[in-house]
Amino acid sequence: MKNFKINHRNKSGLEVLDLQGELDAHTASQLEDVLKNLINSNKSNIIVNFKDLDYIASAGLGVFMAYIEDVRSIGGDIKLTNMNDKVYNVFDLLGFPTLYDIFEDEHHAIDKFINDNE
Amino acid sequence: MDKAVSYQKSIGASTENLSEIRKFVTNYAQKHGFSKNQIADIRLAVDEAATNIIKHAYKSDDSQTLTIKLEFDDEKLCVTLTDQGISFDVKKYKSPDIKQQIAKKKRGGMGIHLMKNLMDEVSYKVKNQENVLRMSKNRN
Repeated sequence: MKNFKINHRNKSGLEVLDLQGELDAHTASQLEDVLKNLINSNKSNIIVNFKDLDYIASAGLGVFMAYIEDVRSIGGDIKLTNMNDKVYNVFDLLGFPTLYDIFEDEHHAIDKFINDNE
Repeated sequence: MDKAVSYQKSIGASTENLSEIRKFVTNYAQKHGFSKNQIADIRLAVDEAATNIIKHAYKSDDSQTLTIKLEFDDEKLCVTLTDQGISFDVKKYKSPDIKQQIAKKKRGGMGIHLMKNLMDEVSYKVKNQENVLRMSKNRN
């Protein structure tokens, strides 16, 4: 069943992943594959846009936990943006906001990347 | 007083079925007047519970079955998930330290933390070679 989709685009030299649908223990592997591919091709400035993501379970958060160190060790980051309240609540319950950059809108994440890389 | 209404579903232990499990829970919680926010909490807690059963109790063996029972009464919804897989050792459970887990590139332990936060009561017991996880959500 196709209840999850990822779209990859480039913006201002950054990799943006648009998530759509429901991210659970079944669909998390798709996100994992896309992230792995980016990291393997040394693309480490990554924004994940949650605007069209309706639902997330902890397996989805697990993917970000597994790869953030790899990305940061090659000088990049994974910044998360545009979460709806319910999705944000899950990240919040697990204490992610102190460990990850989470922005209300994608352009804040772009600004942060540009400022940090200057 | 015994006005409880219950629904039961047995489903194959595959992560492929998680969306169907969420639909089952969401539909009946809606029908029984739970709010949107309450339903979101219940849906996630049940998804996490089912995921743990599939991955840990059954080690992703999709020939196995798990059972979900919903019982609604005037005060609350009780969800019971039952499996015949490997039991969970409650004593070994520690709340996840996300910062430490990131450093070690480890995942896991988050599901139980979420269930405890999202539901009013969570209990787990092993009875007659079955693992029984019971969670409840109060209406008010």
